[in-house]
Amino acid sequence: MIKEATAKTATQNACRLCNPLGACLAFRGIEKCVPFLHGSQGCATYIRRYIISHYKEPIDIASSNFNEETAVFGGSHNLKIGLKNVTTQYKPEVIGIATTCLSETIGEDVPMILREYKAAYGSEGPLPQMIFASTPSYQGSHIDGFHAAVRAAVKTVAEGGAEKHLVNIFPGMISPADIRYLKEILADFGLPFVLLPDYSQTLDGGPWGEYHRIPPGGTPMSAIACTGSAAASIEFGSTLESPKSAAGYLEERFGVPRLDMAMPVGIRESDHFFELLEKLTEKPTPEKYRDERRRLVDAYADGHKYVFGKKAIVYGEEDLVISIASFLNEIGIVPVLCASGGKSGLMRKRLLELVPDMEEKGIKVRDGVDFVDIENETDTLQPDLLIGNSKGFTMSKKSSLPLVRIGFPIHDRFGGQRLLHLGYRGTQELFDRIVNTIIEQRQNASPIGYTYM
Amino acid sequence: MEANIHFPDPSKVREELIQKYPAKVAKKRAKSIIVNDPETIPEVQANVRTVPGIITQRGCSYAGCKGVVLGPTRDIVNIVHGPIGCSFYAWLTRRNQTRTESLMDENYIPYCFSTDMQEENIIFGGEKKLKLAIQEAYDLFHPKSIAIFSTCPVGLIGDDVHAASKEMREKFGDCNVFGFSCEGYRGVSQSAGHHIANNGVFKHMVGRNNTPSVGKFKLNLLGEYNIGGDAFEIERIFDKVGITLVSSFSGNSTVSQIENAHTADLNVILCHRSINYMGDMMETKYGIPWMKVNFVGAESTAKSLRKIAEYFGDEELKAKVEEVIAEEAPKVKAVIDEILPRTTGKTAMLFVGGSRAHHYQDLFTELGMTTVAAGYEFAHRDDYEGRHVLPGIKIDADSKNIEELKVVPDPELYNPRKTEAELEALKEKGLEINGYDGMMKQMTKKSLVVDDLSHYESEKLIEIYKPDIFCAGIKEKYVVQKMGVPLKQLHSYDYGGPYTGFEGAVNFYRDIDRMVNNPVWKLIKAPWEKVEADSLEACYVTQ
Repeated sequence: MIKEATAKTATQNACRLCNPLGACLAFRGIEKCVPFLHGSQGCATYIRRYIISHYKEPIDIASSNFNEETAVFGGSHNLKIGLKNVTTQYKPEVIGIATTCLSETIGEDVPMILREYKAAYGSEGPLPQMIFASTPSYQGSHIDGFHAAVRAAVKTVAEGGAEKHLVNIFPGMISPADIRYLKEILADFGLPFVLLPDYSQTLDGGPWGEYHRIPPGGTPMSAIACTGSAAASIEFGSTLESPKSAAGYLEERFGVPRLDMAMPVGIRESDHFFELLEKLTEKPTPEKYRDERRRLVDAYADGHKYVFGKKAIVYGEEDLVISIASFLNEIGIVPVLCASGGKSGLMRKRLLELVPDMEEKGIKVRDGVDFVDIENETDTLQPDLLIGNSKGFTMSKKSSLPLVRIGFPIHDRFGGQRLLHLGYRGTQELFDRIVNTIIEQRQNASPIGYTYM
Repeated sequence: MEANIHFPDPSKVREELIQKYPAKVAKKRAKSIIVNDPETIPEVQANVRTVPGIITQRGCSYAGCKGVVLGPTRDIVNIVHGPIGCSFYAWLTRRNQTRTESLMDENYIPYCFSTDMQEENIIFGGEKKLKLAIQEAYDLFHPKSIAIFSTCPVGLIGDDVHAASKEMREKFGDCNVFGFSCEGYRGVSQSAGHHIANNGVFKHMVGRNNTPSVGKFKLNLLGEYNIGGDAFEIERIFDKVGITLVSSFSGNSTVSQIENAHTADLNVILCHRSINYMGDMMETKYGIPWMKVNFVGAESTAKSLRKIAEYFGDEELKAKVEEVIAEEAPKVKAVIDEILPRTTGKTAMLFVGGSRAHHYQDLFTELGMTTVAAGYEFAHRDDYEGRHVLPGIKIDADSKNIEELKVVPDPELYNPRKTEAELEALKEKGLEINGYDGMMKQMTKKSLVVDDLSHYESEKLIEIYKPDIFCAGIKEKYVVQKMGVPLKQLHSYDYGGPYTGFEGAVNFYRDIDRMVNNPVWKLIKAPWEKVEADSLEACYVTQ
């Protein structure tokens, strides 16, 4: 039985996570920040265990530990006790507060509670900065929480002023390896930048010589304050709209131009990114990256015979899916289905901008779907491979299709936090992995037994 | 017994753990941090609400109900009524295994069903969507049972999951639909969810199928969830000995087994915390006694098998048990003989679960290691001090909100398997019949017992004790390892297992040997980093 549209009411095997998870992840990318969930302790525990299973790094998330009384009469008291305790134990410079379905359902006025808290304790010495993001779990998905937290951080501290020789970069939900690569590129261009959020160290760091209450790393609040006087903001994310984004806020409030683009995956989108940097710095792309590009083009040519004409199903966050689809189109793989649990309503439109002939190529876009919906498409679409996070494994096993793991969450392979997706280097890694997956599949399936491919 | 290893002065440790807290919090935490004395077991404050802002290991009521107790039964369709996260985060994360008899058998464990509540459901109510979801699950799978789990917003917006379940159950006629009010804010921890799950399973499942079970020695295994295949090893041993497993609550179980559970003659309990309610209720209603056992550890397994044989009082069974123990012993001995020299004298800390922190001490004892500190995440005083303290535990607001079922003997099915005198005689022989002595009796004098250890306290303990291994869960794993101490996950087993029975003991010995003797800890310091002490590992741990 093939179901065309999502006619069903319930969700089976969801292709998205909940809103507060994204906020906690983004808060983890701010220096000396403790994420704090206003709701039941279970949310903090579940989200911690989930984030940890991907990054293999500790993440503390505090909670206001609602009980039945709190749920009925309001959580103001619990939130204040919680903030006080986190402050005493962890001595954070920032507390990133996000709501949950519980506190949103009872209509908690968190900004008011925070004002009361500051009024009550402000005289006892400096309080940590409080960033507040509204993240009701019954709206959107983890990616919305992520962007809400980044926007909230900027909104809390960004200041205007004379333009500084500085760019902001809001890359969205990318891997620690991607963040490190972006920082390397910007440094090589000699361009001062503020990258937010930066969890490249907090969620992918080494052993500690001494105990840290909060892991070292992250974007300092003092740097975030400067975002209001930057020369421009670069923001990745095809479906991220200005009113929901950090760069959008800075443009509206301080007139910092928002340069938005798709996540740079593939040669064309990476070219676009490097062009942008050349324009901003008035400097040529460093030789190192030109070399990376040359090697990548070379690889595209060498690997073309393996990948051309293959069909793939890509799933995950909308922005990631769009960028991967654009890259696949570039190498001759047809992304026969681009699927996401997200539902911005923009996915199709944005993909069309990157792949104008998607209709003719038979590229299908479906948002707001779950894995059962995706699985139901495999029979008709007959893809050669799947590209997405670990949650597609069941589908991959059932339909005997190889799965190239990218994005989040990856909990059934090692090193998900170190996967590179962006730029020439990230594209090179992705390309190699995809080609090898196809070769391996052919090799294993061959009755003759290829040993030399 | 006092351990022959050096303990830091436990009262000083206690002081140090609480000195950073604000006065009120310090006062509260002090009651949960106790210096043990197995002779005169002191009182431990347990099952009290975590203070907001103290980062806890604990989960929620929904986690205990759906994730722990109901999750492992393969042929129930579990629908989570709420926003998407709750169902997603519990999707296969417990590592419960199950083995269907054929590929055609129902198995819904790999699925993640959710009503995926949206804003309009919060505003206008979600019952309609819930009923549609139940209908869809029924149409798609025709399962024997559908269970509904309430998440936080459900109780607040007033959705009646029980009425919706009843309506659908009556509509279908051939599918048992029932609901759980296990909203995350109920109770202190996942422990509340265990109790809610016990009540629901007892009310809606146990006793529905009166077909007499076949076998001479029939028992149910309670509080075993088949993480990493634990249940398979216990089943292997039962098969060998000739014990019939009627039902398991709930590792590798099915609906029909649970519905038939009341035809067994004994309930053996592994995880006392999560399932003792079921033991008590079945004893009252059907006259089946329960007995505390432990299949974690080779010696503990042998002991538990002997206790079971003693309960049934059958000489042939006793002989068979001895025969099986003798048969299994050599392969265990071969491994422990090899490993023991490398593990003896090392120290362990266990802060996990509601029974695991107790059970796994047996394995460490077998490895020649001492447990210097232990505690549970979500246990109650009886799990620490023994069930004799039960009458004295005061019921607080949190516990009051969890329903206590009024159970009476079943007019037709009540059949005491043993007389009072027989039970007394068995207790005399040391069998924990309808009883549990708790963890502290087994721990050494001056060891430290801490309930609901916070993240902060765990770091202090590591700093002070520098244990050779720390046992907890995934949330604690990486921060502990950052400090150069290996952490063994006792929820997911670090993707290993089984750890029960004889084969499990061997697996555990090997895993612990590998961890405490892992050469990686010696590589932490680069040659150009100044070495300040003799031992690299020792100087690595925060001073």
